[in-house]
Amino acid sequence: MLLADETVSYRPVPRDNPYQPHMARIVRAYKMVEGTHLFVLRLLDDRLANTFQHRPGQFIMLSVPGAGEMPISISSSPTRSGVLELCVRRVGRVTNALYQLHTNDVVGVRGPYGNGYPIDEMKHNDVLLAAGGLGMAPLRSLLWYALDHRDQFDNITLMYGAKRPEDMLFREELLDLVDRADINCLLTVDADPAGTWKNHVGLLPALFDHARIEPLRAYAAVCGPPVVYKFILRKLLELGFPKNRILMSLERRMKCGIGKCGHCSIGYKYTCLEGPIFTYWDAINLPEMI
Amino acid sequence: MKILKLRKEKLDLFASIVQQFGEVHAPVEQDGRYVFRRLTRWSEARLDYDRTILPPKKYFLPPRETLFRYRPGTGFEPCTDGLNQRIILFGVHACDVYALNILDRVFAGRYQDPYYQARRRNVAIIGIDCTPDKHCFCRSMRADFVDHGFDLFFYDTGDYYQVLVGTALGDDMVLATGRIFEAVDAADIEDYKRRSANQRQAFQLEVEIRDLPEIFEMEYQSDLWRELGEKCLSCGSCSMVCPTCYCFDVADDVELGSRAGRRMRSWDSCLFANHALVGSGENFRGPRASRIKFRFYHKQRGFVAEYGRPSCVGCGRCISACPVNIDVVQVIDRLRRVQDVVSR
Repeated sequence: MLLADETVSYRPVPRDNPYQPHMARIVRAYKMVEGTHLFVLRLLDDRLANTFQHRPGQFIMLSVPGAGEMPISISSSPTRSGVLELCVRRVGRVTNALYQLHTNDVVGVRGPYGNGYPIDEMKHNDVLLAAGGLGMAPLRSLLWYALDHRDQFDNITLMYGAKRPEDMLFREELLDLVDRADINCLLTVDADPAGTWKNHVGLLPALFDHARIEPLRAYAAVCGPPVVYKFILRKLLELGFPKNRILMSLERRMKCGIGKCGHCSIGYKYTCLEGPIFTYWDAINLPEMI
Repeated sequence: MKILKLRKEKLDLFASIVQQFGEVHAPVEQDGRYVFRRLTRWSEARLDYDRTILPPKKYFLPPRETLFRYRPGTGFEPCTDGLNQRIILFGVHACDVYALNILDRVFAGRYQDPYYQARRRNVAIIGIDCTPDKHCFCRSMRADFVDHGFDLFFYDTGDYYQVLVGTALGDDMVLATGRIFEAVDAADIEDYKRRSANQRQAFQLEVEIRDLPEIFEMEYQSDLWRELGEKCLSCGSCSMVCPTCYCFDVADDVELGSRAGRRMRSWDSCLFANHALVGSGENFRGPRASRIKFRFYHKQRGFVAEYGRPSCVGCGRCISACPVNIDVVQVIDRLRRVQDVVSR
């Protein structure tokens, strides 16, 4: 449906092609825990690097040329811009290829995508962050956003559990928070065989004994493996948290990140557009969500 | 809308003139079935076809296409091969035009798909009406008539085709033929209404779609899904032939002996085992029953929530393509059927 005289000026694929990956340099890559590395990226184009804006809880599509593309949540806070920090566990084809790369190698980035946490609603409320294992990756963005805008939030509590001290993501950084007065940072491990751990030992839900939370004026952001959701959700509901104040970050297969490819569909919502942050109310209304 | 008529004998003349607007593709017989294909001569076109094996979506979302070429130095370069090719799809049924209008909504929105959009601009649509057969239920899906999405639409009213002119390009095609199109008069309008009433009588299948989303919610745990899961082969044929199935996979192909390659997009199906599988090994729709339920659920319930109507257009292709005779009309009938429940 194009007239003859239009063809001359017509560019079939415009500059703002939403599938276009932008090249980014690996600034730093290091092991955080066994099998999980932190990759620090900077977009090659300085203008893009300086204007890239995301909300905590959003994700990017990361390309490793030749291996493919995958969704990865952004672990860095938008308050610390210029670089993107991605916490990546080595599990599949693309992550394996990423682990072969070195500092200064180039990957592709597009995004940010997804809804992110409802920051405006959460402001002037208490914030409870509860994570298990790799679940700290998306929550870290929210954690530093809240700490960098400390006056916009009331009490901030972090509960994070890992199997052993050496399995804890961002361990040194989080240990520094334990002594801060403006956050209640509760860290626990299931077991401490080496006997060097000075924080809590025990299961994640036990940390609720050390937190003071008023469910009607708080938001809970939860992320972790299914077992974490199971026990944390039960505890939050017991405490009387309204279902729309419990925020969950979900993982799905994605091939586009922009609501086209169909893979991340849950019931009638696309995780990439209306998620990955869903309330517990969404979760019980969307079949097969958790 | 501009409405004209064309004497049936003049269709061949029209077809010869319309070639100047692009390569003409139309339904052609192949082993007793029909496919949309480039015509080598106009007499190959079979405008009386029932349905093509693949719907016209293959022209807009090809089964396999290159999105980008990449090489280590330059990064990802968009591939524009073929996007500017001018094609005229001659003889598209109303349900298939309706399906394109549905795909338009998926591939537009906040993130426009430039590959789909470019092809949609360069492929002209000349629609033609049809008589429903035993698999057609487009009327139930409100897709037996389209008011947009075509350049021209031909209705067979006996001695004439009555022609709706949908776009400026359609109008140019009419004008290029000189004076072979005529104005419609009152008698022609009566002919059209007669045709419309006859067509309505011809439907052999009917489904009720009102409150279907609610019934899908209520029957989410129905035994039917387990039964269908045991029957379904997960072959994905229904998705391939569906005019509104748009799921795709994206993968990189590396050229041998270099680090350059292509990023390819290809058709996918929610019936395939890995459709909801994530890197950690978790599969959110592992069992076959859960996958086939998802397909029906997304068409008839999920899409209603997203876009205000089911994405099914009632073309009947999935019914004729399924190797184990899973029939969407029977599935809906079964879900709607009132059962005698003992305990109350």
